[in-house]
Amino acid sequence: MQQYLYLIPALPLAGFLVLSLAGRYLSRNFIAGIGAGSICISALITILLSARFLQSPPETGAYTQVLWHWFSVEGLVSNISLRVDSLSLVFICIITFIGALIHIYSIAFMREDRDYARFFASMNLFVCAMLMLVMADNLVLLYLGWEGVGLCSYLLIGFWYETPGNYRAANKAFVITRIGDTAMIIGLFLLFKELGTLYIPDVLARATQHFSSGADGVTLIAILLLCGGMGKSAQLPLQTWLPDAMAGPSPVSALIHAATMVTAGVYLIARMHTIFELSPVAMQITAIVGAVTLFVAGCSAMVQTDIKRILAYSTISQIGYMFLALGVGAWSAGIFHFFTHAFFKALLFLAAGAVIETLHHEHNIFKMGGLRKTMPVIFWTFTIGAAALAALPLVTAGFFSKDQILWYAWSAGGGHPVLWALALAGAFITALYSTRLILVVFWGEMKTTPGHLPSRVMTVPLVILAFFSVAAGWIEWPHNILHVDLFSEEVQHVLPATVLKEGLPAEIVFQLIAVVVSLIGIYSGYSLYYGQSPLLQQWKQSPTVMSVRDFFFSGWRFDQLYDALIVRPFLFITRINKSDISDKLYTAIANVSMLLNRQFSVTQNGSLRWYVTGVLIGILFIITLQLLL
Amino acid sequence: MILIWMLCILLAGGILCWLAAQRQPLLARWIALITVSADLLIACWLFPVYQAFPDNSSWFINYQANWIPALGVSFHVALDGFSHILLLLTYFLGILAVLCSWKEVRERTGFYFFNLLWTLAGISGVFIAMDLFLFYFCWEIMLIPMFLLIILWGDVRRHYAAYKFFLFTQAGSLLMLLAILALYFIHGQQTGNYTFDYFALLQTALTPSTAMWTMLGFLIAFVIKLPAVPFHNWLPDAHGEAPTAGSLLLAGLLLKTGAYGIIRFVLPIFPQAAADIAPWMILIGVAGIIYGALLAFSQTDLKRLIAYTSVSHMGFVLVGVFSFSSIAMQGVVMQILTHGLSTGALFLMAGMLKERLHTRDITKMGGLWTSMPRLGGMAILLTMASAGLPALGNFIAEFFILLGTFSNNPVLSIIATLGLILSAVYSLRMMQKVFMGPLISTVPVVDLSARELIILTALSISIVVLGLFPQPVIDTVHHLSTIHPLLHE
Repeated sequence: MQQYLYLIPALPLAGFLVLSLAGRYLSRNFIAGIGAGSICISALITILLSARFLQSPPETGAYTQVLWHWFSVEGLVSNISLRVDSLSLVFICIITFIGALIHIYSIAFMREDRDYARFFASMNLFVCAMLMLVMADNLVLLYLGWEGVGLCSYLLIGFWYETPGNYRAANKAFVITRIGDTAMIIGLFLLFKELGTLYIPDVLARATQHFSSGADGVTLIAILLLCGGMGKSAQLPLQTWLPDAMAGPSPVSALIHAATMVTAGVYLIARMHTIFELSPVAMQITAIVGAVTLFVAGCSAMVQTDIKRILAYSTISQIGYMFLALGVGAWSAGIFHFFTHAFFKALLFLAAGAVIETLHHEHNIFKMGGLRKTMPVIFWTFTIGAAALAALPLVTAGFFSKDQILWYAWSAGGGHPVLWALALAGAFITALYSTRLILVVFWGEMKTTPGHLPSRVMTVPLVILAFFSVAAGWIEWPHNILHVDLFSEEVQHVLPATVLKEGLPAEIVFQLIAVVVSLIGIYSGYSLYYGQSPLLQQWKQSPTVMSVRDFFFSGWRFDQLYDALIVRPFLFITRINKSDISDKLYTAIANVSMLLNRQFSVTQNGSLRWYVTGVLIGILFIITLQLLL
Repeated sequence: MILIWMLCILLAGGILCWLAAQRQPLLARWIALITVSADLLIACWLFPVYQAFPDNSSWFINYQANWIPALGVSFHVALDGFSHILLLLTYFLGILAVLCSWKEVRERTGFYFFNLLWTLAGISGVFIAMDLFLFYFCWEIMLIPMFLLIILWGDVRRHYAAYKFFLFTQAGSLLMLLAILALYFIHGQQTGNYTFDYFALLQTALTPSTAMWTMLGFLIAFVIKLPAVPFHNWLPDAHGEAPTAGSLLLAGLLLKTGAYGIIRFVLPIFPQAAADIAPWMILIGVAGIIYGALLAFSQTDLKRLIAYTSVSHMGFVLVGVFSFSSIAMQGVVMQILTHGLSTGALFLMAGMLKERLHTRDITKMGGLWTSMPRLGGMAILLTMASAGLPALGNFIAEFFILLGTFSNNPVLSIIATLGLILSAVYSLRMMQKVFMGPLISTVPVVDLSARELIILTALSISIVVLGLFPQPVIDTVHHLSTIHPLLHE
């Protein structure tokens, strides 16, 4: 099985090459076949591979395959080679499986688009880059995938490049993630300087010998890597690109938010777990970043009116939960939340895309409404997705993963009551805005008449995703309820087990609190948005509430802040120096020469008297000089 | 001997072009194409020779003939892996330069191709000359035809640009001439053997202050050519006004002679002085990276914009060379190659756009992806190469340089790394202004012709291949890590 590893990223790559080089000459059906087919076969191979992996785990704990020697220079040896262990396996399963469903959905969704081939080419490359990221056995190759993901997000967010807003969003995404990437590559330089290798297994092995726990070097490395993760995973303070990334077609959003891109940061931290464990400070920062982000983004999600922006902020918030989990040392819980989140977030975006498409590109949820009856399949699948997002107890996958994180936020080694409180507040907010979303979009009176209903090619992936949004949680139950921990058992081949603090109340207490909070959130959403709520009307009159709402709506004014602090000064500096100030020096030299030339050429006037005077003055000058010296 | 042939073919081909064009103007371009192709074939044919060369001695071809024995001037040419790679680059870009002038040049085609081929001959000579007199001779040969190319076939402000180019480089050349003469006399007085031979002069013992002053003579000439801030001002003008092939040769090859000179002459002849001045040179390099990027961002003239990106990218060369790290040195060679290819390609792209739209102003472009999907796709690849995306050759170069520099000089390396963010910013702006947004130009444009497609495809493939299989280049220039004592460590 190991020798077929390369096919998993190679098939999407081949799809990209065919579509980008020859896409123009192919029929739509053929393009769809190549675009979606490549990922589907890739997903099938992944499933076979996982089955084999789980049945008979390789002795070294990983499948490896060296494709070719990339470069070796003065101790830095990098191959183009793949390595799949339990952690990578989780990621490639999600990437290919959800990627395949999104591609199938896109066959119908993008049918009418002019650039059908370009779309599938970019999507295929996106999946390929993400697969390289998670399958790389060295950090340089990982960085290749990492940047590749950035490029593809740029291409896809700006897919409809004729509209200024779209390419601006694409540029923003690329540049902001590039800031994180640059921090990360500095981290790699430091890592190489300290350890002399960038081969991941060696890095992890040598780090424990080379660094003592809490050493400055390792903290710095971990923080730099974390910055890289913050950029790609849209965590504070580099989160501002993600809400704007909605400019791309809906399947792109689904791919970015569920299967690729934003989970890259989670993967990087989990992959480099040894480095992070050696630095308690970096772990703390990770947890704090996650907790603050999940709260900040949740607040913004609560007040958005664009259906995709709500989902975008919810992604930032949910990734915040993953960072929180990783930061407190609940490694497998973080990855598990990634696993369940991928299903329901892909589902929500695809369903939202279907709604938007049916309502003639209407994004505003307050212009939707009443779609429950007209679009039953979309309604049910969307509701399941939203319920999973809200962590509806026991029946949704989101509950199982988020419940773990809430518990570990306090009880795990790096946990803290404040982190727990923030996570709990986030859980309340999530339940609230999920309910709001469902009620506003699907209940009430119809405000826009639906057009064509989505075809079966689009609804079948939704149903499959809805199934997993419920069932994916069942492989990992809370210990005190049912002893099923298939997921954490597998992942703990790679990641360390979670260490618990002593002397805390029983887990069940935390679980009950979490359940009650989610339910209160759902109820609050219901009472505010079902029908006409007097409280809501009252708030709309109050200037304080409205200014808070505006503050949240603008994403806590981060964009304005960066605009004032970075963008404007940058534009100012570049604008005033457009003609290059240093050129003035050389122009001045030229001008002085011209001036002297003009002065001296006056002396050459052809008048004999003038010349004789000149000669005499010269003689006088020399004689005086000789007398004086 | 084969090296002499390579030079002669170009020189003779140039004259032939001139003569042939008197009768049949279109014949000149075919002669030029065949001439450069012949040289490229010879250079490729040298590959197996190099592979078969038995020992570690890096000079696998060495030819010496008397020229002016009374002055100790000989016709000494030699080839090692580094020079060989540069020759390959020269002829590869040379062919593309001929091809891109295929239709663009309509006046005095014979003389045009004469100048083009003689510039190429001068550049090849610079890369293989092992006699400082011959080196200086070739250095001037490449300058004058290039000056003529700009002033005769350039754009509106071509006179200003050509004189500026000439004065800047000539000022540097004169300093270098003084330095060469100083070295010649000092070596002559010490040993009684008055010679311009590179290998003999390598052994010259210099007092620290003499070494510093002599080195500065060389170094200033080379950093002007490179160009490093604050000597870069000739570049945007020359690039902006030169015909497309001229910009291609300038960016792809002429700038590289500066880098080559530093590696070949400054480091080995003045090891101590170079080590002393290194921190300053790294600082200048970093300043160039940032300053060039900031200027590139604000330009509205497409060719000037690309010219400033060159300033930024060549800053990496300076940083890499003077960080005295073997990894960085390999990165510098990669940067020389990949920057030549990718920036050359960007200039070609600018030329193609200008042919269609008759403007270089990016504010008058926009939305061209729709009408030119092929060029748009190529442009993505090239801008990403410029932004240092992995899997493309430029990444390997900049990654090695920064990685190598980091262990010696972390602070400046980090500042240089910030250039990666800026390069993304200006690259995306260029892409956006030209290809995205609503269609602005009312002129109907056609997508790439077969000839243009071949040119850009050849360049794109080379960039990707260098990004995925850089090892052959690294192996070929491995011996560069012995040119300076600090590199061993």
